[in-house]
Amino acid sequence: MTVDLSQFYQVFFDESLEGLDAMEAELLRYSEGTQDDESINTIFRAAHSIKGGSGTFGFDSIAGFTHVLETLLDQIRDGQRDITSQHIDLFLQSIDCLREMINALSSGDDSVPESTAQLKAAFEAILNDEVADEGEQSALEAEQITTDSATQAAAIASEAHENTSGWKVTFIPSEDILMTGNEPLYLIQELTELGDHEVELVTEKIPSWSELKPEFCYLRWIVKLYCDCTEQQINEVFEWVADESEIKIEELAATESTKVAAVPALNQQDTASSEAAANEVKSSAPAVTKNADTKAATAKPATKAKQADANSIRVGIDKVDSLINMVGELVITQAMLSQLFEGEMTAQSLTRMKEGLAQLEHNTRDLQESVMRIRMLPISFVFSRFPRLVRDTGQKLGKKIELILQGESTELDKTVMEKISDPLVHLVRNAMDHGLESPEQRLAAGKPEIGKLTLNAYHQGGNVVIEIIDDGKGLDPIKIKNKAISNGLIGENDELSEEQINLLIFEAGFSTAEAVSDLSGRGVGMDVVKSNIQALNGSVDVESVVGKGATFRIRLPLTLAILDGQLIRIGQHVYIIPLVNIIESLQINQNDVSRIGGEYDVLHLRGEYVPIICLADVFLHKSDAQTLTDGLLVVVEVDGGKVGIFVDDLLAQQQVVIKSLEANYNKVEGISGATILGDGTVSLIIDIVSLVRMAGVKNISSHNLVATETHAQGGTA
Amino acid sequence: MKKILAVDDSASMRQMVSFTLQRAGYKVTEAKDGVEALGIARSETFDLVLSDVNMPNMDGISLIRELRTLPEYKFVPLLMLTTESGLEKKTEGKQAGATGWIVKPFNPDQLIATLGKVLR
Repeated sequence: MTVDLSQFYQVFFDESLEGLDAMEAELLRYSEGTQDDESINTIFRAAHSIKGGSGTFGFDSIAGFTHVLETLLDQIRDGQRDITSQHIDLFLQSIDCLREMINALSSGDDSVPESTAQLKAAFEAILNDEVADEGEQSALEAEQITTDSATQAAAIASEAHENTSGWKVTFIPSEDILMTGNEPLYLIQELTELGDHEVELVTEKIPSWSELKPEFCYLRWIVKLYCDCTEQQINEVFEWVADESEIKIEELAATESTKVAAVPALNQQDTASSEAAANEVKSSAPAVTKNADTKAATAKPATKAKQADANSIRVGIDKVDSLINMVGELVITQAMLSQLFEGEMTAQSLTRMKEGLAQLEHNTRDLQESVMRIRMLPISFVFSRFPRLVRDTGQKLGKKIELILQGESTELDKTVMEKISDPLVHLVRNAMDHGLESPEQRLAAGKPEIGKLTLNAYHQGGNVVIEIIDDGKGLDPIKIKNKAISNGLIGENDELSEEQINLLIFEAGFSTAEAVSDLSGRGVGMDVVKSNIQALNGSVDVESVVGKGATFRIRLPLTLAILDGQLIRIGQHVYIIPLVNIIESLQINQNDVSRIGGEYDVLHLRGEYVPIICLADVFLHKSDAQTLTDGLLVVVEVDGGKVGIFVDDLLAQQQVVIKSLEANYNKVEGISGATILGDGTVSLIIDIVSLVRMAGVKNISSHNLVATETHAQGGTA
Repeated sequence: MKKILAVDDSASMRQMVSFTLQRAGYKVTEAKDGVEALGIARSETFDLVLSDVNMPNMDGISLIRELRTLPEYKFVPLLMLTTESGLEKKTEGKQAGATGWIVKPFNPDQLIATLGKVLR
């Protein structure tokens, strides 16, 4: 039977990477001192599984490397040695190294990173060092020895075998052999498959009826094998029962006396020698199996086919079950509807059809939700990389940092998750580098020595909010303002609130780091973070209290595939504005509108001035509305400020499936995608951020507030 | 058709074992740890149980010990998958009632060949 093992590779890679993540997490708990009894077991199990799998699937480089790792872990687990910070560092480096190897293998490259040899040597040094002194043998050496003894045993066996015409095997099973699940009959059958044979059943030990226990085995066998097999093969057959049962293997041609001398026979009657013999079998058997396996592994053609990035997701079985359930209901509804048309159409069947359609709508929505749930993964997938990052960065910066993760089970679309990872790393690095102070500075400021960095995630409406909270020194508004002035981002006399000043750090070409450090300030600024988040239809803002710390807050849509949209109309054209952006929609009172700086109209709305963008003008459509009072104003939130979009009319609100315009046509400014409406027409989805840019409205948030003051002044004049 | 319960916390090993056994004509049920396996084994009987040793929640040896106490599993072959470094585990396993062991790494052919000793 041939089984193509390569079909299991991807699963092995996936689970190995997961195992490495788990190892890393537990190791980090060790360095924090928060480990529990299960920690070492989890670490050991992960290493053990990777080793077992890699051996089975023929990834010998990984198997060999994990072996030393596992040996040390085993000794730690058994309490033979204590885990030290040196061990933890080595383990962590090994995890990186293994990740590299696995990633390389998954793309069909079986090269081994250079660090492997060094790490392996380091582990071997640890293993040989103390343990050899204690007179114990490391598993490595033990294995060496078993292999040696196995080779020896095999050599003896084959030597003895040369002038043998066959074997006489006496098998006396222990009485309770059946209760171990072994079946003597099968063993005899297995034995007789080795070649020509003669079987003799010895029944003399069967007791009288009254003493017979039905669950016991009283039979014995004498098998004569006239074949070319080795003693090793015979021993292998009885491997599992060798300890409890008596197995005597004699050469048919040779005399009894020479035979016993040549090979240690498994003779239980002689207790002293049987123990030695049993040990021999125990030690040699697995080694031989291993040899055979190595051969099999090398003989197998290595699959070099470059594995495409499978990009799979693992889905909880409950999600799949609920999906199947939904589909089942859908089928029922469909059956019900088609049944309606079998008879004549009556008023009654029309009502039932309406019911059926309502049911169908319900089913479709449920199905949609279930399918969306499949793409959702807990945010711990991203969060889990931070403990390591924080540990390493903290060490590099000489800062003491405690990382707190909250809301790890908050679910987020897989695509969003992948894309938010880099911005998050940047924000976390930034918080550690610029936010949190050194231990001395903290103590001087009367704060605990250890800085606190919190990552928090939660759902809010249709959004996921991720917060990066540090209790460091906060943003320095004066420094930021001076920097912004010198960079020409704002004018010297601009009046900005502290909140608005803080938001300036997200502007392009802004960096407050006085000295460019190793970590942040690598040319990738907060503006990139912001644009990355905006590309996901999300937003980012910051709250900061000087001396107390800062909170960066990222808002993201749950998914990129579907959005709740507000359909709007300008003349003949229907567009969609994402509902999450909309704050309110209103009719304009002409008295509240004024023109500021001659560029665009602003609406005075409850103490704020909101710039009005006329969608018809921006997209060069003909609007039905002659004056601002004819249409409606949709007030949207963008970049922390408000903008009004003037439209002819509001239509329905509905969920729309986003189709990429870029993939199907071209990127169009002001448009983030397209969708198909119920009547089959294509409608474009407005990208608010880009629309505002097109309309030429700048510094919206400052605009809103300045407006307040202008208005106040206007009021007194 | 003979029924086998395959227990391993590693999905790739589980799939490999399961696939191999199915190709050899066995009906296979999978479990990811001892607790799950024990639950399944109580509701349904199997002709053979093949279990990994190192697993979370309940390890293979505890599973074998538990199974052996059940009347339905008194004579059922219970095999464990061990590694070459787990020599002492074999003794421990036998004391718990294991029928035998298969040493990892193994290939599909070895697996099928080994089963012949206890399942025909």
